[in-house]
Amino acid sequence: MTKHLQLSEQGRLKHFLTIEGLSTELLTEILDTAESFVDMSEHRVRKVPLLRGKTIINLFFENSTRTRTTFELAATRLSADVLNMNIATSATSKGESLLDTIRNLEAMHVDMFVVRHALSGAAHFIAQHTAPHISVINAGDGQHAHPTQAMLDMFTIRQHKKSFAGLKVAIVGDILHSRVARSQILALNTLGVAEIRVIAPKTLIPAEVSTMGVIPIHTMAEGLDDVDVIIMLRLQKERMNSAFLPSEGEYFKCFGLTEANLKFAKPDAIVMHPGPINRGVEIASSVADGPQSVILQQVSNGIAVRMAILSMAMHSQGEPA
Amino acid sequence: MSRIIIRQGRIIDPAQGLDTVADLCIESGKIAAIGEHLQASADSQSIDAQGQIICPGLIDLSVRLREPGLSHKGTIASETRAAAAAGVTTLCLPPDTKPSIDSPAVVELIKDKAQQAQYPQILTIGALSQRLAGSELNNLFALKQAGCIAVSNGHAALDNLLILRRAMEYAASHDLLIIYRANEPALSGQGCAHEGQFASRYGLPSIPAAAESIAIAQCLELAELTGCRLHISQISCMQSVIKLQQAKKYGLQVTADVAIHQLHLTEDDMIPFDSHYHVIPPFRSVKDKEYLREGLANGTIDAICSDHQPHDLDAKLGAFPETEPGIASLQTLIPLSLKLSQEHGLSLLDTLAKLTSEPAGILGLPSGQLGIGRAADICIFDPKATWHVDNATWLTQGKNTPYWQQTLTGRVTHTFQAGRLIYQQDQ
Repeated sequence: MTKHLQLSEQGRLKHFLTIEGLSTELLTEILDTAESFVDMSEHRVRKVPLLRGKTIINLFFENSTRTRTTFELAATRLSADVLNMNIATSATSKGESLLDTIRNLEAMHVDMFVVRHALSGAAHFIAQHTAPHISVINAGDGQHAHPTQAMLDMFTIRQHKKSFAGLKVAIVGDILHSRVARSQILALNTLGVAEIRVIAPKTLIPAEVSTMGVIPIHTMAEGLDDVDVIIMLRLQKERMNSAFLPSEGEYFKCFGLTEANLKFAKPDAIVMHPGPINRGVEIASSVADGPQSVILQQVSNGIAVRMAILSMAMHSQGEPA
Repeated sequence: MSRIIIRQGRIIDPAQGLDTVADLCIESGKIAAIGEHLQASADSQSIDAQGQIICPGLIDLSVRLREPGLSHKGTIASETRAAAAAGVTTLCLPPDTKPSIDSPAVVELIKDKAQQAQYPQILTIGALSQRLAGSELNNLFALKQAGCIAVSNGHAALDNLLILRRAMEYAASHDLLIIYRANEPALSGQGCAHEGQFASRYGLPSIPAAAESIAIAQCLELAELTGCRLHISQISCMQSVIKLQQAKKYGLQVTADVAIHQLHLTEDDMIPFDSHYHVIPPFRSVKDKEYLREGLANGTIDAICSDHQPHDLDAKLGAFPETEPGIASLQTLIPLSLKLSQEHGLSLLDTLAKLTSEPAGILGLPSGQLGIGRAADICIFDPKATWHVDNATWLTQGKNTPYWQQTLTGRVTHTFQAGRLIYQQDQ
C-alpha cells in the first residue's frame, strides 16, 4: 500500500512519505538529482525556473525552524510560490479536523503540501485523502518518518564515503522517539550498508528493533568500534521527567560523544547530527566543532536534497497514481 | 402462537452435546420437539434447513449499541438489527453509554428502547463506579434490582487496587458478577498499537502485553482474597492466558472471554496507518494469537465475544493515533468462528459452545441451549454460503471493520428470539 501510495503508475515519486518501499534506484536518483542542485548553489544565480507558477504550502502542525526554512529555501530556488502555515496544535483542537484543514487549503488550488505533524501517520492520511493532483511531502510525522532528513544524511554520507557498500554505521541516542532514526535505518538498509548499530540504554530502544535490520548495543565502546559513520540524535529534555533516563549528566557519561570515545571509531569516521544539537548532553563541543564533524554540511545539503525531492515529485504530477 | 418446524438441518446443541440432522419444532415461543419427521399441523410453517446448521442463538458478552448518547455511531434499533442478522439473540451492553449505566433510570430507558426495537434481550451491565470515574462505587444493589446482569468499569480504569478490592467485596455481598477489562494504565499510557515490531517500525505509541497480564495477575489475587465472581473480558496475550490457566488450575472461580478478531488478526496483518486495525486491546503477535487459540481449546478461555464497537466515519478519519479504537464486528462473528474451527481443529460443537452455552453459564442464564421447553432462541446459518462485506449486506451503522469489501464464508439465514423470527436473510 505504502509503495503504491507514493509512486505514480510509471513508478515515479508522487508523494514522499517514507523510505519504506522505495527502491535503491529511486533513492540513488534522488541523491544524483541533489548533486546537480549542489553545484548550482555554488553559482551566483541560485534560482532555476523548474517550479515556476507552482504553489507549495508548508503545513506545519508542529514547530520547526530548520526544516521549514530549508524547505522554503528549496522551493524558492526552484521558483515556486511558497506559503508557510503554522497551524499550532491549538487550532485543530478547536474542532477543525485534519481533513477539514486539508480540504480548505486544497480549495486554494495548491500543488503541493509539505507537512509536519506530531502524530505518526499524519502524512499518509493526508496523501490518501487529498486531491489527486496534489503531492504530499512528509517533513516529519510523529515518531514515524522524516524521509527528507534521512536522504540528506545519505547524501552527506555518500559525499564523504563515496559508496555505501561495506560501511558500518552507528546511530546513537533516543531511537525510540526518533522519526529520523527510523527513516535513516530504512535508507541505509536500502542503499546496502554492511551494518547498522543502534546505541542507547534499553529505555530508548524500540521493542524488537532487530526486526528492522539493526543491532542494538548498550555501550559506546562496543557500539562505536570500527564504525565509519556516527549519527548522534538529539535528546529531548522531557525524557528526564518520565524515567527514561536519570539525568543529563549520566546520559552524557554513558552515551555522549566525546573525543575519547570517538577514538573507538575508524580514524576517518564522520560525525553527523540532524540538529539542533545539545552541547554537553549528547555531544561534546570539541567533537561537534571538530574535524570529523559534518554537521553543518548536512544543513547545506538539506536544501539541495529537498530541491531534488520537490522537483521530482512535481514532475510526476499528472501521471496517474 | 403457531408452530414452526425447521426441517432437516444439522442441529448442534453444545449444552447437550448434540450434533445430529433432524427436525426442530417451535411452539408458543419454546422448543417443543427435536426428532425425525415431525408432524405438520394445519397452521404450522415449515423452514427447509437442509445443509444448514441450527444452533442456540448466540449470547454475546460485549456489544456496544452506542445508545443512549452516541447515536451518531449506532442506535439500539440499528445495532440490534445487526445483532439479529448475526444470529445473536442475547447481548450484553457495557456501561459506557452516555450517560453511563449509573442508575436504574438509564437501565429503564434502555429497556424501553429495546422493546421499541423489538429486541428485548439486551442485558445491561451496570457501571461499577460513578460515571465510570473509578473512585466511588455506584449503588450496585439498585442496579442489580433494576436488572443489570453484572457490573463493570468498561474500558475505564479504577483509581487503585483498593477500589477494586472494595468493589469486589461489595459485589460479592450481593452476588453480583464483576466483568473486568484488565489494563494497567501506567503501562499502556497513550498507546495505540501492540509493543512489538509493527509499532516499532511505524513509530506508534505502544502498549506492552504486560499492561494486561499484570492487571490480570492483580485482579486474580483480589478475586481470591474477596471471593468475588469475576469474569475477565477481551484478553489478548500469552501471559494473560498463562496466568488464567494457573488460577483455574488451583480452583479459582474465574472466567474469561476473547474478542473474535483477536483469534485471527495480529500486528503482522495490519496495514500501515489503516485505522480499521486500531483496536484496544491491540492486535498482538502471532505467538499471542496462538496462545489465545490454544487457551480457547483447552478451556482456559471460556467464551468468544464480538466486542462490537460501531463508529461513525469521522471517528476513523485521521492520523492513526488520533482515531478512535474499536471494530464493528457483530456480523463477522459467525464467519470468523467457522474459520477458527477449520483452522484450529476445534470442533464446530466446541466452537459454538463458546458462543452459546458457555456465556450462558457465565451469566447464569437458562438460554444458550436447545433443550425441550427452553425459550426458542435459535440461529440458523449456512456454513458454506459466501457473502461480501459491503453496504448491501452490512446492517450495523458502523462500517469500521478490517474485513470491509472482503468475502466471508458462513451466513446467518434465520434468527429466532423466544420463538419470534427476528431475522431472515433476503432471498
